[in-house]
Amino acid sequence: MDVSPDVAQKRYARWLAWGTRLGLALLVLGFIAYILGLAPHVPIERLPALWQRPASELLEHSGLQPGWHWASLVHRSDMLVIATIGFLASCSIASLVAVIPAFARNRENVFVVICILQVAVLLLAASGLFAGGH
Amino acid sequence: MRTRTAQVAWLFASLALFSPEALAAEAGPGAPWWIWPVALFVSCFLLGIIAVPAGVGGGVLFVPIVSGFFPFHLDFVRGAGLLVALSGALAAGPRLLDGGLANLRLALPLALIASTSSILGAVIGLALPASAVQVALGLAILGIVAVMASVRNSEHPHVPQADRLSQALGMHGIFTDGATGSTTPWRVHRTPAALVLFVFIGILAGMFGLGAGWANLPVLNLVMGVPLKVSAGTSSFILTLVDSSAAWIYLNQGAVLPIIAAPSVIGMMLGARIGARVLHRVPAATIRRLVLALLLFAGLRALLKGLGIWT
Repeated sequence: MDVSPDVAQKRYARWLAWGTRLGLALLVLGFIAYILGLAPHVPIERLPALWQRPASELLEHSGLQPGWHWASLVHRSDMLVIATIGFLASCSIASLVAVIPAFARNRENVFVVICILQVAVLLLAASGLFAGGH
Repeated sequence: MRTRTAQVAWLFASLALFSPEALAAEAGPGAPWWIWPVALFVSCFLLGIIAVPAGVGGGVLFVPIVSGFFPFHLDFVRGAGLLVALSGALAAGPRLLDGGLANLRLALPLALIASTSSILGAVIGLALPASAVQVALGLAILGIVAVMASVRNSEHPHVPQADRLSQALGMHGIFTDGATGSTTPWRVHRTPAALVLFVFIGILAGMFGLGAGWANLPVLNLVMGVPLKVSAGTSSFILTLVDSSAAWIYLNQGAVLPIIAAPSVIGMMLGARIGARVLHRVPAATIRRLVLALLLFAGLRALLKGLGIWT
């Protein structure tokens, strides 16, 4: 089956649209749970004392570590919001993976490689390997 | 005409009268915690309204204004700024791709370069002292004002010959203008120079959380010769990848605070919907001048705050 260049672009758009819709809906729901006070890891009342400090100090005062430590606390509403933000920042990965077969069928090998590299860059960014701080 | 003037006057009045600092002073030192998120939501809603007619992304307005006038540390403001820019770009991306206003083959190589360098920018930005980043942010914003005020984009740039790299990557297309129905074939040149420029764009985006659509567009349009509307659409789409990688660095370093990020994203997106509706009813040139004035003020504020002159 011949896959025209437009197919890849439309497929990317479709995957991105669903990912974004889902991500934004989850963000709103997570935030509602958070402002309703459903078991946050850091009580909201403590935040005014923390949001004026650097991120590294916030981590220290809230008993969090840089990297993926937040994922182990995802049952807490504030960490759930962080997870939905992580989802939004990752929904391009699914779109990139989805168009690789379309580019491959079209013999656009350069774009197959670019998509794979782009996925690798996003995974590297998400990996927590660059977590350090001030 | 009178209605239009009234709408613009309302926008100016809203922005002039709504001062978070005044709100906090009114509330006193024992002000409840929710004052700031509510003020942030309202500010972002207003910024969202003017961002669309002014043709800028939310991040470039958000970071200097919120870092200058709210009590949040710059780390959290930059993290939220990236998310504001990212969510706006994600919301627009599918429609831009589907309608042919963004070009996937044009965007992917540039986004790969910029998203890689945005990681570097984010790491540098989070490692530097906040005052140094604040000074650099002030200078960057003043530079952006200069670029926005001086650059005149070209609707259909003349590209005499496509370069070899762009030919190999298939960076060309046919643009159909929805307003006129005319079709224009386009191709690009100076691709290697654009790739180098996107390295710096990525670093700036990651370091300051600015989004960087303000820089993508002139590079695509004036350097590469992409038609203006395709440049605007592709620029926005590139942000979905560049800001995603930078956002992850901020998130894993604890620089994303839900109480700051969520009201900002939601406020800006709701405001942008209003902005898109009033797009044809307000004079874009006036809004653009308002945005330039806001950026100039916020840039000076960031610079003076970083230098310890106006804290």
